[in-house]
Amino acid sequence: MQTKFFGYRRENGRVGIRNHVLILPLDDLSNAACLAVENNVKGTLALPHPYGRLQFGEDLDLHFRTLIGTGCNPNVAAVVVIGIEPLWTQRIVDGIAKTGKPAAGFAIEKNGDLNTICAASRQAKEFMHKVTEYQRVECDVKELWVSCKCGESDTTSGLASNPTVGNAFDKLWENGATTLFGETTEITGGEHLVAQRCINKEVADKFMFFFDRYAKVVDAHKVDDLCDSQPTKGNIEGGLTTIEEKALGNVQKIGRKAPVIGCLDKAESPTGPGLWFMDSSSAAAEMVTLAAASGFVVHFFPTGQGNVIGNPILPVIKLSANPRTVRTMKEHIDVDVSGILQRQFNLDEAGDKLLEMMIRTCNGRNTSAEVLGHREFVLTRLYESA
Amino acid sequence: MSIDFIVHEEGDGVGVVVVENLEAGRNSTGWIMQENKTIQFKILGDIPIGHKVALRDFAAGDTVIKYGTDIGKVVAPIKRGEHLHVHNVKTKRW
Repeated sequence: MQTKFFGYRRENGRVGIRNHVLILPLDDLSNAACLAVENNVKGTLALPHPYGRLQFGEDLDLHFRTLIGTGCNPNVAAVVVIGIEPLWTQRIVDGIAKTGKPAAGFAIEKNGDLNTICAASRQAKEFMHKVTEYQRVECDVKELWVSCKCGESDTTSGLASNPTVGNAFDKLWENGATTLFGETTEITGGEHLVAQRCINKEVADKFMFFFDRYAKVVDAHKVDDLCDSQPTKGNIEGGLTTIEEKALGNVQKIGRKAPVIGCLDKAESPTGPGLWFMDSSSAAAEMVTLAAASGFVVHFFPTGQGNVIGNPILPVIKLSANPRTVRTMKEHIDVDVSGILQRQFNLDEAGDKLLEMMIRTCNGRNTSAEVLGHREFVLTRLYESA
Repeated sequence: MSIDFIVHEEGDGVGVVVVENLEAGRNSTGWIMQENKTIQFKILGDIPIGHKVALRDFAAGDTVIKYGTDIGKVVAPIKRGEHLHVHNVKTKRW
């Protein structure tokens, strides 16, 4: 496989493939100001979201970890943070500034929206001038962090598009890359297979801790056999019958070679190369947002029935093996692997096709989700606000 | 030879239809991926693309195997060649 690409090497040594200036709201109240700055300063990217007020405990920790992680992501060159008050705003700025990248915060209280927008826009303009002079440099695949998550899966996902990701993940692992999978509840029925793949008992125990913790959440809140949620209506329409069948298709994405080297809580970052598991929702936008917050810079998204998700900072490469989806939703599909089902090419060749598209994406090709404006930024909440 | 359905591995109780408009009565060809073998039998009902066909007869209470692994329990009898889905198979979890 081709192992070289041109990316942005950041101040902390990490490698990104996009060069965004983010306008990041601390809280729901700051969305309007962030959107105004985005409008004033062309090329910046605001990430409006509905949370950040009166959260506490683990849920608040996750909020900070997700926002700081998003700002730290190597696809981001610089960040303007806007919050209703200065203290939590500065906490986000300080967290991002540890990477060495430019970051600045603005608080709305005692200033109002208009003065805040003016000051933040001037800062964002300076950041835009600065980062648009950054040059891409040659990087190696071993510096790349690649995440995966499937969506609107059907039986073709388990037959072909998920194993294609697995094949690509095996090759990335052999080349020293860092890879990630998650979707805790969508491993139900295959959890023993993932536990067996863990590199040692400590990692397997941690995986089972996360799995059991999520299973308790489902048990505590479910009112039926989740037949309206897992599998989804789209999954069932696509032929998937039970969560076990869906899960066994899902775990094809981790390939056959790499051991699971470690397990992460939501939005935590890996500490070395290899295949990592992250506890996460199986809802596409939530999981991909967490993957971006934990530092992943390119994402594989196999779909059966045709999920259209994207992420504002993490390019999502979509592949499908369902010939009907490839025909009826072709503007969403970056890599067509439906030929596997008619034996036109094999999994190894499909994996190479996906990796070729990955390198092109790393070099700058915008994915279908990017071109179509899919910027789903969805924060995971653990419980109600105080 | 064109493939109408695919089976992950020998021993699985189901195959996945990979062509559109598979109609009842058609003598269909399946490909067992792992062993690279083909099988043929008659389809007994219209089965949409992506949906499963039973490779053997099942009675209520039987376990369905796919990927060599348990994917759920049979809740209504199924004949070989029939459509196997949420109307006759349920999860054992949740």
